Amino acid sequence: MKGESGSMKSPQAATLTPLTSSGGGAWAPWDHLDRLESEAIHILREVVAQCTRPVLLFSGGKDSMVLLHLARKAFHPQHIPFPLMHVDTGHNFPEVITFRDQVVKSLGVNLIVRSVEESIRQGRARVRFESDSRNALQAVTLVDAIHEFGFDACLGGARRDEEKARAKERIFSFRDEFGGWDPKNQRPELWDLYNAHVHPGENMRVFPISNWTEADVWEYIARERLDLPSLYFAHRREVVARGDQWIPVTPLTQPRAGEQVEERWVRFRTVGDMTCTCPVPSEARTLEDILRETATSTLTERGATRTDDQTSEASMELRKKQGYF
Amino acid sequence: MENKLKNCQELLRFITCGSVDDGKSTLIGRLLLDSRSVLADQWAAIEATSTRRGQAQVDLSLLTDGLQAEREQGITIDVAYRYFSTPARRFIIADTPGHAQYTRNMVTGASTADLAILLLDARKGVVEQTRRHAQIVRLLGIRKVVIAVNKMDLVAYGQEAFERVKQEFLNFAEPLDFRDIVFIPLSALNGDGVVLHGEHMPWYTGPTLLELLETVVLDEEILNSSFRFPIQLVTRLSEENGEERRGAQGRVESGTVAVGDEVLLLPSGRTSRVSAIETYAGRISQARAGQSITLVLADQIDMSRGDMIASVAHPPRTGKNFEALVCWFSHTPYDPARRLLIQQTTRCIQGKIETVSARLDIQTSQLIPSPAQVAMNDLVHMGFKVQQPLAFDRYEDNRTTGSFILIDALTHDTVAAGMIV
Repeated sequence: MKGESGSMKSPQAATLTPLTSSGGGAWAPWDHLDRLESEAIHILREVVAQCTRPVLLFSGGKDSMVLLHLARKAFHPQHIPFPLMHVDTGHNFPEVITFRDQVVKSLGVNLIVRSVEESIRQGRARVRFESDSRNALQAVTLVDAIHEFGFDACLGGARRDEEKARAKERIFSFRDEFGGWDPKNQRPELWDLYNAHVHPGENMRVFPISNWTEADVWEYIARERLDLPSLYFAHRREVVARGDQWIPVTPLTQPRAGEQVEERWVRFRTVGDMTCTCPVPSEARTLEDILRETATSTLTERGATRTDDQTSEASMELRKKQGYF
Repeated sequence: MENKLKNCQELLRFITCGSVDDGKSTLIGRLLLDSRSVLADQWAAIEATSTRRGQAQVDLSLLTDGLQAEREQGITIDVAYRYFSTPARRFIIADTPGHAQYTRNMVTGASTADLAILLLDARKGVVEQTRRHAQIVRLLGIRKVVIAVNKMDLVAYGQEAFERVKQEFLNFAEPLDFRDIVFIPLSALNGDGVVLHGEHMPWYTGPTLLELLETVVLDEEILNSSFRFPIQLVTRLSEENGEERRGAQGRVESGTVAVGDEVLLLPSGRTSRVSAIETYAGRISQARAGQSITLVLADQIDMSRGDMIASVAHPPRTGKNFEALVCWFSHTPYDPARRLLIQQTTRCIQGKIETVSARLDIQTSQLIPSPAQVAMNDLVHMGFKVQQPLAFDRYEDNRTTGSFILIDALTHDTVAAGMIV
């Protein structure tokens, strides 16, 4: 992450330049990103105040990078008062894991890694084929890790604009001891009052950037000059055309008979399980290019890139009921 | 003046309220579609569903269809939030179901909204649910309302029908004292008056619904009201002149604060001065409502989470007793035997209900004294007593410091929400 050395000159710093007089002085502009940022900081502080053992779920993807940056702002000048955890599917793009480790090292934060591979070895989770998506299996590993460490709150970078089950989920989302979400029985959430009370074994999933859209995330990343894994930017990659999508050629996703491998300019809009995350054709090599591209995109983030959400209209909802974040 | 203190005008949060058949989902669908917020894959999905169901036209209401359980039962369970933007503004819609019994969902959706759209059917005008919705919107402190007179296509786009409904609503709403009421005739089904004017209502020269949403000026009240700063956390800052400094972390909930201001720490009642305002990006000399900051006081006085830093000139009330209008959320009726926690701003303490003086009949606006029971969706006047003093304002004056939730100490459920009177 940039700025660790104090070299970051973010526009945020510029808008908050010390002002000369009190009260009657000039006021800096206050825009929607400031409002969303302040809301997220408020939520992060509520988690630390109300919960005993929070953890931040960190994948190295853009949303969790934003969340991590917000956590630094929220607790400044102190260190982030909770560990990070990555539930590793074993199906990650190697660039993302390298990036994740760089970020953790540069910030000096504690990262816990729990792997789906290990859950499979222990017989806690099963797969039919090595190349099956492990998104759903993450829930098993996650819930086991929650119990192992006694976490009572897991902070995640999910957004309500991503998907319709998420659109109905609370910012502080109560989960029973199996990690399950009960959409019909959610705690009412009014004003900015968050009820994070849980009994031992139960936990909260907290989504501080619930109200952000994909465009907000990209604008914020550009404004704060946050680093991201290289996958998000246009690069040459071997892909095959399958249906409406471009499938990346990886050890887990091999071309099928009759499919032609092509090298194309692509980038990823989301980074996730290699077996179900597809790139989109793109020549956006800078954050500014991405902002322009996002503004004119004709497909949703998940629609363009995730094959697992397309299997069933309710797949996210089902996964959440089973403990997925 | 370019640098005048302004609220964020770029983001508008609104709630849509309508009865089951008013075409609310269709209206939201139309708003999303005609503002080009529906992307190709979303369109393809609802097109496929409409075809599968044998519908001739693509069913726009499918765009806001949520969960599997809802699709199976054809109902809306809860509050959903939708996001869309135009070059002029970003919008967050709180979409709440229209069922008569779901007062609680509307209360939830309205609690964070700046504006409300009430849907009326041009053929039916003001109905029972309109009264309920308007009352709730007003109780929750929303003073700007848009009356969307829908289904104009079914009254031949006639101006008389529109004027009749308008007059009917104005007569009914007079005592509610809304600050701004705008009436817009529209047909969500065909699109007239939603984003585009259409050709059917040349007599209507006002803005379309989207034009209005894009240009309505948001209240600056939160900036002009008295300074309130509930403390979320107390943090240790770097030493200065050999003195250890502590900072109060929180968000300015109303008003403004500047270095040098004299402030009051509540509930202790001690006064001090603001010696610094810290943020991640560095020190600032003043902060405004909405901003998350770390506040440093000149005196080393004892402060902790749940305390409030406030304006000396216009302090909030403090005390262990207050009266509130409460909306009961729990499926279980109020039971005096259950222990309750009261969470107000950043303070969560034990409290009890001492009186249940009256129930508000939302239909007639009448107060019914001494109700026998308090059940889900009831609005009741209650008297509270809490363990330790709270700093609070009337909800009418301050939505943040005047609101609270009740938590069942045993089950941890949020059982009710209250607005201090």
